[in-house]
Amino acid sequence: MTANGWFQVFFFFALVLLCAKPLGAYMARVFERERTWADGIFRPIERFVYRITGIDETREMAWTEYAVVMLLFSVVTMLATYAIERLQHILPLNPQHLAAVAPDLALNTAASFTTNTNWQSYVPETTMSYLTQMLTLAFHNFFSAAVGMALVVALIRGISRRESKTLGNFWVDTTRACLWVLLPACVVYALLLVSQGTVQNFRPYDQAKLVQSQTVTTTGTDGKTATQTVTTQNIAQGPTASQEAIKMLGTNGGGFFNGNSAHPFENPTPLTNLMQMFSIFVIPAALTVTLGRMTRAPKHGWAVFAAMAALFFVGVFVAYYAEAQPNPLLHSVDQHVAATQAGGNMEGKEVRFGIANSALFATVTTDASCGAVNSMHDSFMPLGGLVPMVNIMLGEVIFGGVGAGLYGMLIFVVLAVFIAGLMVGRTPEYLGKKIESYDVKMAMLYVLIFPLSILGFSAVALMMPQLGLASLANSGPHGLSEILYAYTSATGNNGSAFGGLSANTHWYNLSLAAAMLIGRFLMIVPMLAIAGNLARKKLVPPSPGTFPVHTPLFTVLLVGVILIVGALTFFPALSLGPILEHLLMQAGKSF
Amino acid sequence: MRRNLITAVLYTVVTTVIFGLIYPLVVTGLAQLLFHDKANGQLIYKDGQLVGSRIIGQPFSAPQYFHSRPSAAGNGYDAANSGGSNYAPTNKKLIDRVAGDVAALQVDHPGQDVPIDLVTASGSGLDPDITPAAAEFQVARVARERHLSEDAVRRLISEHTNGRQLGFLGEPRVNVLLLNMDLDQASAAH
Repeated sequence: MTANGWFQVFFFFALVLLCAKPLGAYMARVFERERTWADGIFRPIERFVYRITGIDETREMAWTEYAVVMLLFSVVTMLATYAIERLQHILPLNPQHLAAVAPDLALNTAASFTTNTNWQSYVPETTMSYLTQMLTLAFHNFFSAAVGMALVVALIRGISRRESKTLGNFWVDTTRACLWVLLPACVVYALLLVSQGTVQNFRPYDQAKLVQSQTVTTTGTDGKTATQTVTTQNIAQGPTASQEAIKMLGTNGGGFFNGNSAHPFENPTPLTNLMQMFSIFVIPAALTVTLGRMTRAPKHGWAVFAAMAALFFVGVFVAYYAEAQPNPLLHSVDQHVAATQAGGNMEGKEVRFGIANSALFATVTTDASCGAVNSMHDSFMPLGGLVPMVNIMLGEVIFGGVGAGLYGMLIFVVLAVFIAGLMVGRTPEYLGKKIESYDVKMAMLYVLIFPLSILGFSAVALMMPQLGLASLANSGPHGLSEILYAYTSATGNNGSAFGGLSANTHWYNLSLAAAMLIGRFLMIVPMLAIAGNLARKKLVPPSPGTFPVHTPLFTVLLVGVILIVGALTFFPALSLGPILEHLLMQAGKSF
Repeated sequence: MRRNLITAVLYTVVTTVIFGLIYPLVVTGLAQLLFHDKANGQLIYKDGQLVGSRIIGQPFSAPQYFHSRPSAAGNGYDAANSGGSNYAPTNKKLIDRVAGDVAALQVDHPGQDVPIDLVTASGSGLDPDITPAAAEFQVARVARERHLSEDAVRRLISEHTNGRQLGFLGEPRVNVLLLNMDLDQASAAH
């Protein structure tokens, strides 16, 4: 670890901290439908959308209707995505003449992008046409994020309103999130990316003549080796920057290319790398401020922010420390950090990012539900790879996905005040609302569905050598980690992977699609039920027995609840995966 | 329910046009206008022939060239099939591959430890850069093969070395393709 590395970590975080307040306040105005600077531009577009779709923007929805409409919209967009993938070979903007996407893969991808997961069982540059990427994948990048924001705003309204039956209008919240927040930011951001070298064009792939032609020996499936001379390099192109911007800002993470944010055409310079990490965190961080504003308890928003920040720094420290270590199994190599090299574990990492920025990116992308990668998590040291996995297993509440992170965190807040209430023997209250058995039951449902999907699917995959184990790229404890990571990432709607796993099989495409849908929609329904139930309640004036939710004590309790729930659930599985691998590696064992 | 379904379908169509078509087309128009070279991948032409992109790495194995890092993209540096090896640190294939590459490099540089980036594959498989340490490691070989002085080779390296961006971001690095193309030019002029 170097001083410069830590300086970059703190610089990044300071930037997020600095922008959280103004952006959070702006978003509160957007969702409360107060005047903003952007009304002149977006209000006409908004009205136009409502007019042709027949949406009554003044009509409020109960939590059940909010949930039903959200589900309907998700189903429609998911089916549209599936259809376009299946038909891309006869649609325009397909200069490489890519074939229709196979049914199981198309389903997996449609589920993946609808749920804000962006798990990719495919190599984009050889599978998806420019049209498919723009029209469906980038579209979902906007709307899965906007839906997340709408949902958290509905929950915040549930907390702040009293004796109300409704939570707002789903269409209005989603539209305003897209138009007022995501779209203007993305136009500026995409152009900044292009100015650094992210590509944005509709060219067919370019064919370059290699400066030094290569002799390549390949082994065919029949075991015979063939030698061929490679004289050209095909360079994949495409409308990347426009998708890259929303991929990061909407915590989606689905790469335009297979190399994702490691690819020089997606993430060309250290500056774009900083922008990408910043854009993952900035909206989720700002939403804590929005929470504070809309509930008129700004200090509570910051207390939640502090809990997130504390968990973030623990993760960065462990990941950075682990990746800066030399791999003890490699010999006659120089892995020491020096002025002329970053040293450490460079497999799967880019020279321009080195160790610090790769470890930081991995932590950020899994704290949030982004899942973009600028280095390959599968090649991380055992404890370095443990950090992204644990981040997702904690529920992606460390800033978390756009919207999804905060509503996940608020479920833990409900549990924390409930536990605090139990300790002092009083009915727990949260910002003036009594937390009763229905709320806690729904919160527990939310918390339990998550490990049930992760551990359940992993267990089934492990029991089936033909279906589950045949896809592994690494053996030993790391093989378990690959499977565990896949279902963790899918259920957590993250989308990053231990990429060695060959996931483009019927079993993985279908089971991961199921995990993604469970992890998104089965968890949203109990969350909205809590929102609806809280909105109906009366306000209880605070008394001396009320547990304050804006103090450092509350932050500590909240962090404690998150860690205890996570550790009790996942420690046994983790101890057989990354932790065992770490111990065996230290003992000099390879697989 | 039926009305909500109709709304959902109409909403999907309208917003797809705005966010799936108009948005990327506007960004493409602006990008092509303002940053034409960057938006098209910083392509390099030599005598009218496309020879690569300034930010996409290429494989080099001949002794007179600076070698790039190993690549897991297709058959190596396949820019239409990017990706990493995804080998775990405990994977025998990784350990064997590194040992093989180290042995090959140490033929020219006996007894020297090889800088780690030179024997590890990048995440994209298209890393255009090596570390200054990895460039320095290869100076003696390239100078000998090209009958250039080591100082002349080092001067070329420094021309293609990028420091940390804005003085503190990322890591120092050497662009291998541009360096090797300049070496060819220097040798031709020699």
